Amino acid sequence: MFRQKDTIPTRVGFGEGLKTLGKKYNNIIALGADITKSVNLNTFAEQFPQRFFSFGISEQNIVGVAAGLALGGKIPFFSTYGVFAAIRTTDQIRISVCYNNLPVKIGGAHAGISVGADGATHQALEDIAIMRVLPNMTILSPCDATQTKLATIASVEQVKGPVYIRFGREAVPDFTPNNLNFIVGKGQELIQGNDVTIISTGHLTWEAIIAAEKLKHQKINARVINIHTIKPIDKNIIIKAAKETNAIVTAEEHQIIGGLGSAVAEITSKNFPVPIEFIGMNDKFGESGTPNQLLTKYKMKSKNIITAVKQVLKRKNTFAKK
Amino acid sequence: MQDINKLKTIAKNIRKDVLTSIAEAGSGHTGGSLGLADVFTSLYFDILNHKPNNPNWEDRDRLILSIGHVAPVLYASLANAGYFNKDELLTLRKLGSRLQGHPGKNHGLPGIELSAGSLGQGLSVSVGLALSAKIDNKSWKVYTILGDGELQEGSVWEAAMSAAHHKLNNIIALIDRNNLQIDGPTNKVMTIEPLYDKWKSFGWNVLKCNGNNILEIINTYKQAQKEKTKPTVIIAKTVMGKGVPDIENNYEWHGKAPTKNQLKLFIKNLY
Repeated sequence: MFRQKDTIPTRVGFGEGLKTLGKKYNNIIALGADITKSVNLNTFAEQFPQRFFSFGISEQNIVGVAAGLALGGKIPFFSTYGVFAAIRTTDQIRISVCYNNLPVKIGGAHAGISVGADGATHQALEDIAIMRVLPNMTILSPCDATQTKLATIASVEQVKGPVYIRFGREAVPDFTPNNLNFIVGKGQELIQGNDVTIISTGHLTWEAIIAAEKLKHQKINARVINIHTIKPIDKNIIIKAAKETNAIVTAEEHQIIGGLGSAVAEITSKNFPVPIEFIGMNDKFGESGTPNQLLTKYKMKSKNIITAVKQVLKRKNTFAKK
Repeated sequence: MQDINKLKTIAKNIRKDVLTSIAEAGSGHTGGSLGLADVFTSLYFDILNHKPNNPNWEDRDRLILSIGHVAPVLYASLANAGYFNKDELLTLRKLGSRLQGHPGKNHGLPGIELSAGSLGQGLSVSVGLALSAKIDNKSWKVYTILGDGELQEGSVWEAAMSAAHHKLNNIIALIDRNNLQIDGPTNKVMTIEPLYDKWKSFGWNVLKCNGNNILEIINTYKQAQKEKTKPTVIIAKTVMGKGVPDIENNYEWHGKAPTKNQLKLFIKNLY
């Protein structure tokens, strides 16, 4: 089983990954959007001042600048809060980055409702949905700080085109071992089980693990799959889970519409339809509060995953009788 | 510099190709493409340091067309410069063509630096390219073509601010100032003046020229190349539909294609 090593914000993993890349490749460039410290670009900026450029609060411009740098043979990173990185800039990402298919790497920080007190304006809950519809885009949504570092490095070493890397603000359990391979496009079966599959991404993978451990005591063996690459998604691991467990619960800190759950449903409905329950934001804006209060209020905790598992198991039985 | 009469002949040929390809396509942006023929002739046949037989040559100057809708003048210029066979111009806007309605970099046409069509993005990309050249200590320059209506997009001004901040004197942008956009005269649709003062206050070196006078365009570009610290913008006064008296300065020709009969007439009247 996975054990918590520490409590670290995933954004720290992003900063670490970028620093590693900076040392290894001299064409890595970082672009600052005023909140460099908050999104952990500052360590790169301090270590490689010649390769860091400040552009202020102008996200639309920064995306175009990144595209231009990529045309010039560079691998540019830019990062700001996901709400701005993915949403304010959507048209620039669509045309200047994705249509040109350029290696621009976008760090979507402060993702999910766990941003907390800043409230709805700063809680990116739609970024996966928006990035997912763009051709050529790869979306990485790592589950802890260790994995975020690996994802950041993989965004350069394993992907030639544009990448959106999603990570959060709050300190969260760091539990994946350093030697857990990160392969873009490959889901990870973290816990084995054949009664039901919990497919999760980002912070909620830890909640999925806790839920699976509690379910075990109730004689329900839940498989837990961590999807760190939302696009291109690992179809095989999802179809296999559908066939072997016949019931799925998805969990994400994102709108249910258009997110991981939708991606999973697109695959199962075509290949092997099974009942699915969705944990996520139910077509609402967030609000201020502590991360824990918000995750509880909007039903994204392990206990909500457990309830969803029981619900989907009921449907599984009815489904089987038909 | 090339013989001016030769350049004028090239500009006329480009106009003819623009009209023919748009007429064949049955749709496309005739007005702006004709208006910019002299600017494109000046660039591809005098100003730009480029190699049509080696389009990805690392040290080439970059032509960034921000107003993707005038693609026909870009395609006609590239074909006349020898990037590809002129016959291909007749495939404009057709299924499977390398000549997309708005330029698509990954459709295989040599000489296309950037996919563009959504206004207000080209100057930002130019800033990134120019920054890239500075990082590498390269002397190539970025030549950007902006529309006047396009300046209503706020992102252009974000880009303008950043080009001056990073002292990108290797950007030379040109504004196609034909005073017209789809809904009518720019000053009626949305005021963009005082352009000269605006760009000055954003920290740019601002030059003006008659954008339909090849000699003047070339001299203005040469003056811009000498700038040491600031990005340069050239406000080039052009006539939409220039060269075809029947449609000059008529904004209805922004996005209209000539019919086969009109094509014959326009080519006959072309000057």
